[in-house]
Amino acid sequence: MPEAGHHAELTRRRMLQGAGVALTAAVGTAVLGLAGPTGTPAAAAGPGGHDTFDEVYRGRRIQGRPAASGHHHHGADYTVQVDGEELHVMRNADGTWISVVNHYQPHQTPLALARAAVVELQGATLVPIA
Amino acid sequence: MAVRKNQATLTAKEKRDFVDALLQLKRLGRYDAYVSTHNRFIVSDTDNGERTGHRSPSFLPWHRKFLLQFEQDLQSVNPAVTLPYWDWTADRTATAGLWADDLLGGNGRSGDNRVTTGPFAGAGGQWTITVRPDSRDYLRRSLGTGVAQLPTRAEVESVLAVQTYDAAPWNSSSAGFRNQLEGWRGVNLHNRVHVWVGGLMGTGMSPNDPVFWLHHCFIDKLWAEWQRRHPQQGYLPTAATTNVVSLNTAMKPWNDTTPADMLDHTRYYTYDSAF
Repeated sequence: MPEAGHHAELTRRRMLQGAGVALTAAVGTAVLGLAGPTGTPAAAAGPGGHDTFDEVYRGRRIQGRPAASGHHHHGADYTVQVDGEELHVMRNADGTWISVVNHYQPHQTPLALARAAVVELQGATLVPIA
Repeated sequence: MAVRKNQATLTAKEKRDFVDALLQLKRLGRYDAYVSTHNRFIVSDTDNGERTGHRSPSFLPWHRKFLLQFEQDLQSVNPAVTLPYWDWTADRTATAGLWADDLLGGNGRSGDNRVTTGPFAGAGGQWTITVRPDSRDYLRRSLGTGVAQLPTRAEVESVLAVQTYDAAPWNSSSAGFRNQLEGWRGVNLHNRVHVWVGGLMGTGMSPNDPVFWLHHCFIDKLWAEWQRRHPQQGYLPTAATTNVVSLNTAMKPWNDTTPADMLDHTRYYTYDSAF
């Protein structure tokens, strides 16, 4: 796998071209690449300006990070967990994010998506997708 | 010829027959396969990879075939049953007849969104959710909380006026009728209704809520209406396109049905009225 820096540059160039393209890897790094002059991440970018997140939200531990390997072939290359259980996520062509529990409602970042999942779960535990 | 009707016009017997057929498929263990199939495509359909059931031109023919197969399954239980449709531009509140105890049952209760009324209430024991994203095994709804308003008739008209069926890159970022109807762009019709119902309808396992079929039946009807209004337009792409189902390519999971086979719904059923 090429260096993250290469990926970030590639990703930025592709996004600037405005194409609905494969965001192949290192989404979190791409966010840094997209940060504007003020340091504010562009809309619909990555997980809130950080490569990863790890926080407790309404009593649930939510974690997100770029997927380490290429086994995430479902349009994400990013992994999100709620209390250690994987939340299936997917990135839309415009850079927004959806998950299996908020499939029809795009969110701007994986962090916002993970928090929305916590609200949706109401304390329930994610189960592996059959 | 089978006629698909507006749910608001169903007789008491037609409602009972439809509900009973749903419950019978569930009892026979044949219902949940539709939930699994739908979710399998939801998670595998991606904007930059293979895409068949969603976010792609074949969203409409794929769901037409999916509904036909399900309707035929219902008819194996009761040949008189056809899928009703929900015109959410007209029946747009949580107190509409659709949500009464003689059809789909009501909104989820506060706290856990559990549906507690009607034939699909968890406590009835007839509608256990087995193909699910989380540990909860009961039907959930949260009408009008994820988004406050269902699409209006004027919004539907604006989408029906779009001339071109679909456009490159043939995904959730496309211009064209299909993507505006699906809802990733424009006023957002189909996706918004999933969000308005909420609960399991907002998930990849959305067919767990029987309202899925009534919603998609209306989406199917709007496709037919667009075809009626734009006779010079047709399904796109017509030429082979990477990762996308073109006009004469067979669709998974059936592998024997192309979008072209699905263009004329009157080979299989008609609708009771134009939009």
